[in-house]
Amino acid sequence: MPRVGPITGDAPRPIKVVLNWGRRYSLWVFNFGLACCAIEFIAASMARHDFIRLGVIPFAPSPRQADLMIVSGTVTDKMAPAIRRLYDQMPEPKYVISFGSCANSGGPYWDSYCVTKGVDQLFPVDVYVPGCPPRPEALLQGILHLQEKIVSETLSNKAIRAKYAGSRRAAAGEVTRPLLTKPESAESHTVGEQS
Amino acid sequence: MLPPAPIVDLLSLRCGRVACLSLREPWDLPEWRLPPMARLCGVSPYLTVAGAVLAGGFLFLAAMVAGRLFAPAAPTTAKLTTYECGVDPVGQGWAHTNVRYFLYAFLYVIFAVDAVYLFPWATVIRSADLGMASLAEMAIFIGVLLVGLAHAARRGLLRWV
Repeated sequence: MPRVGPITGDAPRPIKVVLNWGRRYSLWVFNFGLACCAIEFIAASMARHDFIRLGVIPFAPSPRQADLMIVSGTVTDKMAPAIRRLYDQMPEPKYVISFGSCANSGGPYWDSYCVTKGVDQLFPVDVYVPGCPPRPEALLQGILHLQEKIVSETLSNKAIRAKYAGSRRAAAGEVTRPLLTKPESAESHTVGEQS
Repeated sequence: MLPPAPIVDLLSLRCGRVACLSLREPWDLPEWRLPPMARLCGVSPYLTVAGAVLAGGFLFLAAMVAGRLFAPAAPTTAKLTTYECGVDPVGQGWAHTNVRYFLYAFLYVIFAVDAVYLFPWATVIRSADLGMASLAEMAIFIGVLLVGLAHAARRGLLRWV
């Protein structure tokens, strides 16, 4: 049963303020650099637009050590299960920033046969950063926006159970709908009916 | 009070031979010879070590308990799968290593495990009843290790590590 820690759940307001403050200034980014937006992400992590000064440490080695996932780039249908699996493997509490128009809604590939039109088809997104590609300053603005969101949030048992109700508990493979029926085996075919 | 510059306590040498230089029991040492932490509190060094171990254990417990109290837990099947860059993990968690790396373990045993046994020996070599006997035993022990070291040297393992 998903649960929040006992102190976090029924904490008085000052403790919540402190915990939110800690969570907001210690985001470790599992950056999901897929395409051109990844270069802008890298630019945002480097000297001129440094997002480390906002407390966001880049390049978490695995999703299990990350609390923020920035999906930057086009999400193809081939990549989608991997992204979903990696999002699932991040521990709570986790946040997602969708960076760039491809991750927001498919972007320039809105009509393509193999692009997932927006990463929010796979999991809930907290902040959308529009642009093609967005400037690094836009990513900084998005991170600030997320931090303001974290300030006012409350982690509770109810919220976390609602999040994991229904299909969210299932793995990616379990929710794929079989589109084709399995062909019947050869011996059950009868060439001619014997009446 | 500062200790005098030479490392060896020359005034305590009874015979002037190298074999007489040794560590003494902590309660036999003069005040300025005690390690700094014990000197600070005037307590036995064993208590200091016990205190350090307890402090470390307490810090670990505090961190784990804080994690239990603060952290959310929402384990799902997908979340518990082994991480393999988003794809289904194949194979086992064990990987093959080339057996030639056993030589690192071999040299480690010769040098590090040997040193661990030398330290307590140094505290008893001065004692009247155990001294000479322990010297003979330790000579046998080091001799066995030297056979291994000679083998390693013959194999050329000491040329580059």
